[in-house]
Amino acid sequence: MAMVNFKVWRGDKIAGDFQEYQTDVTEGMVVLDAVHQIQAESANDLACRWNCKAGKCGSCSAEVNGMPRLMCMTRLNDMDLSKSITIEPMRAFPPIKDLVSDVSHNYRAKQKIKPFQPRKPDNADGSWNMQQQDVERVQEFRKCIECYLCQDVCHVLRDHHKHDEFVGPRFFVYVAALEMHPLDEADRLHELKETQGIGFCNITKCCTKVCPEHITITDNAIIPLKERVADEFYDPVKKVIRRLFGLSKPNNKS
Amino acid sequence: MSDVETLEYDVLVIGAGGAGLRAAIEASGAGVSVGLVCKSLLGKAHTVMAEGGLAAAMANVDERDSWRTHFADTMRGGYYLNNWRMAQIHAQQAPDRVRELEAWGAVFDRTEAGKINQRNFGGHAHPRLAHVGDRTGLEMIRTLQDHGIHQGIDVHMECTVTHLLKGGERVAGAFGYARELGKFMVFKAKAVVLATGGIGRAYKVTSNSWEYTGDGQTLAYDAGAELIDMEFVQFHPTGMVWPPSVRGILVTEGVRGEGGILKNSLGDRFMFRDIPDNYKSSTADTPEEGWRYVTKSDINARRPPELLTRDHVARCIRREVREGRGSPHGGAFLDIAWIKEKIPNAQEHIKKKLPSMYHQFKELAGIDITKEPMEVGPTTHYVMGGIRVDGETQMTAVPGLYAAGECAAGLHGANRLGGNSLSDLIVFGKLAGEHAAEFAKQNAAVTVSNEQILQAQRDALSPLDSSRATLVGGAYQVQYELQELMQDKVGIVRTEAEIMEAIDTIQILKEKAKSVSAPGNRQYNPGWHTALDLRNLLTVSEAVAQAAVRRKESRGAHTRDDFPEKDDEYSAFNFVLRKGPDGEMQVTEELIPEMPHELQQIIEDHK
Repeated sequence: MAMVNFKVWRGDKIAGDFQEYQTDVTEGMVVLDAVHQIQAESANDLACRWNCKAGKCGSCSAEVNGMPRLMCMTRLNDMDLSKSITIEPMRAFPPIKDLVSDVSHNYRAKQKIKPFQPRKPDNADGSWNMQQQDVERVQEFRKCIECYLCQDVCHVLRDHHKHDEFVGPRFFVYVAALEMHPLDEADRLHELKETQGIGFCNITKCCTKVCPEHITITDNAIIPLKERVADEFYDPVKKVIRRLFGLSKPNNKS
Repeated sequence: MSDVETLEYDVLVIGAGGAGLRAAIEASGAGVSVGLVCKSLLGKAHTVMAEGGLAAAMANVDERDSWRTHFADTMRGGYYLNNWRMAQIHAQQAPDRVRELEAWGAVFDRTEAGKINQRNFGGHAHPRLAHVGDRTGLEMIRTLQDHGIHQGIDVHMECTVTHLLKGGERVAGAFGYARELGKFMVFKAKAVVLATGGIGRAYKVTSNSWEYTGDGQTLAYDAGAELIDMEFVQFHPTGMVWPPSVRGILVTEGVRGEGGILKNSLGDRFMFRDIPDNYKSSTADTPEEGWRYVTKSDINARRPPELLTRDHVARCIRREVREGRGSPHGGAFLDIAWIKEKIPNAQEHIKKKLPSMYHQFKELAGIDITKEPMEVGPTTHYVMGGIRVDGETQMTAVPGLYAAGECAAGLHGANRLGGNSLSDLIVFGKLAGEHAAEFAKQNAAVTVSNEQILQAQRDALSPLDSSRATLVGGAYQVQYELQELMQDKVGIVRTEAEIMEAIDTIQILKEKAKSVSAPGNRQYNPGWHTALDLRNLLTVSEAVAQAAVRRKESRGAHTRDDFPEKDDEYSAFNFVLRKGPDGEMQVTEELIPEMPHELQQIIEDHK
């Protein structure tokens, strides 16, 4: 179809810069195809992550023309190919090499979250009864492919570098999936407020905008969690009742 | 060897898809130390791409289902070459493994009564696949991952094993490199579980990712284990065919399970024209009956022919294309949009049941599957063959070496039923983990010679030797040549002459692979990784070809143009491959052990 110019960030932990490559773009190609072609034709050692090439694994996250995207789901036909296409790694995480960044923050963040803790089974064979309508809310969150594009675009991480105090939108979705799971009995509100930093989120909705799975991260996960935290810790009436009767924390689950 | 990091575990698991994770969880639960090594980031393994569901006879939707029916379906689907003991264990234990996933947080779609819902799939007599829309694999791997990270397992991500280490006859660990800096790693272990998946990257059109380079099969083979049934490579009938860059990406069988029909360019529903004898009594006579089956509105209705086994559907599509009735880009039409004639809100129903298919076609092909048909054609999907294991313990011929999941063989015989692989992963992943832990408890560690480690290091470094002749395109070029070769000569339909040609060419490619050089250094260098993976791809390709040339019949996924019929003589044995003393590939025929009367009776009862 046409030779197109790509500016690809090449570098490591210490330094790096954009390098230019030309490759032939044919019908239906996605950005990841172009990266693979460049890799095979002129840069065998160009580092990038990928697996499924179908938007299901969330490995090939990068910034294409400045936008956080899955390279495998970004079609070149939809872009202006008369100009150079820039491809760079996710910038909210430290670089490792070329398009690969160090996403270990995300694995550490998940480790900190209390795991699923189900109620006793409903039936003798160890199974539970749940209605489809009761699981749908959670199923939306469980669509997450952990591409971390929401983390990449979140200014609390990207600009303010609060990686130690703020788990990020992906993990609010994860907590929401656990908190709203019909079977789960654990309480995660204290950590959400104290160590996971939900208060830092000022609902700019950038995460929702970039989610390739179209999860309504802010409205369906973060805001309800913020409300639960507010109910639990900042409701004056509840505070008085707790002080008067010395009640332990009410369980805010639903 | 200051450059090498050495770690010790009781059990080392290689591969972190469904089988590897399940094995690691089980071994860790048995109280031994466990290391888990994976080529990609945790949670990205191939399991994540599985769509349709897990087969388990829970009888939540049709109470007539039982492990016996599941067993009989699996054996019939595999043309009775299966390891019957594995097929029995699988059918018996799958329901508990599915319920266990729910206990670990998986959220399956529900029936009206609030149970785990089950859907129809090819070759399964009853609706049997527990599922979550069309992203069941994601649900499964995430559940295992999120449970597994709290079990005290040491995970080494982006780390590739290139050699198994031995101490005498026993396996003693593994050698590999960590991707980030290219640092070498030695994992000493009392027992090792291989759970590395398949070989799809040996083919040009495939639904498999870069990871699927036959690593486990080759590691086991080189260490003295046996490979079995390697001629059986599953070509999934429905991969995307257009645009070219997405060719091969999977279109779930769930589309047909939800009522999708196959048509050729004449608008003819061609699957009705060719129904194999052993499925005639269980296949619908009319489209009407097929629809009643799909909607479960009539329990006596029989399945539509689109839900016949994958090998058969793939061959029918290929026939339509070859005889000039294909779709514009060389496939067939798969239509789910037509159900709007049958049900209200069809559009919403399709999006709900097949969300990722809707998404995939919309974004990659610009097609709205609720309005127009998809174009589909066969794609390399799965290998039924692999490492030969004991049906009960999953141990290979090498003491202390276990294998589970796609890299192991036996359960599926000559053709795998859809849905049986996800259940395979958790049933046999668990057993492999359990028995590996037991082995580690009963056996002390063995010593690994330094020479083995030094040799592994030399092998791994050789592609970076800049004095080597530089081949244009390097390792990528050899990989492309191999993929073309396997696609053309040892693909869906095979002949003796073509397979022989492939065997000869593989020898030439092996020589080429020995001299490819990778530019750059050890730091996250895909050129180097591709060069190292080539050895594995070439080994498994040779294994497929060597077995394929000997099976002079057509059975299951193995179709020979020069022997188009099934031959009873070949129903009695499997082809087993071993590495000979001079490194040559030895192939023997081995009789399938006789099935106990009780199991034979189950098969008779279900005919």
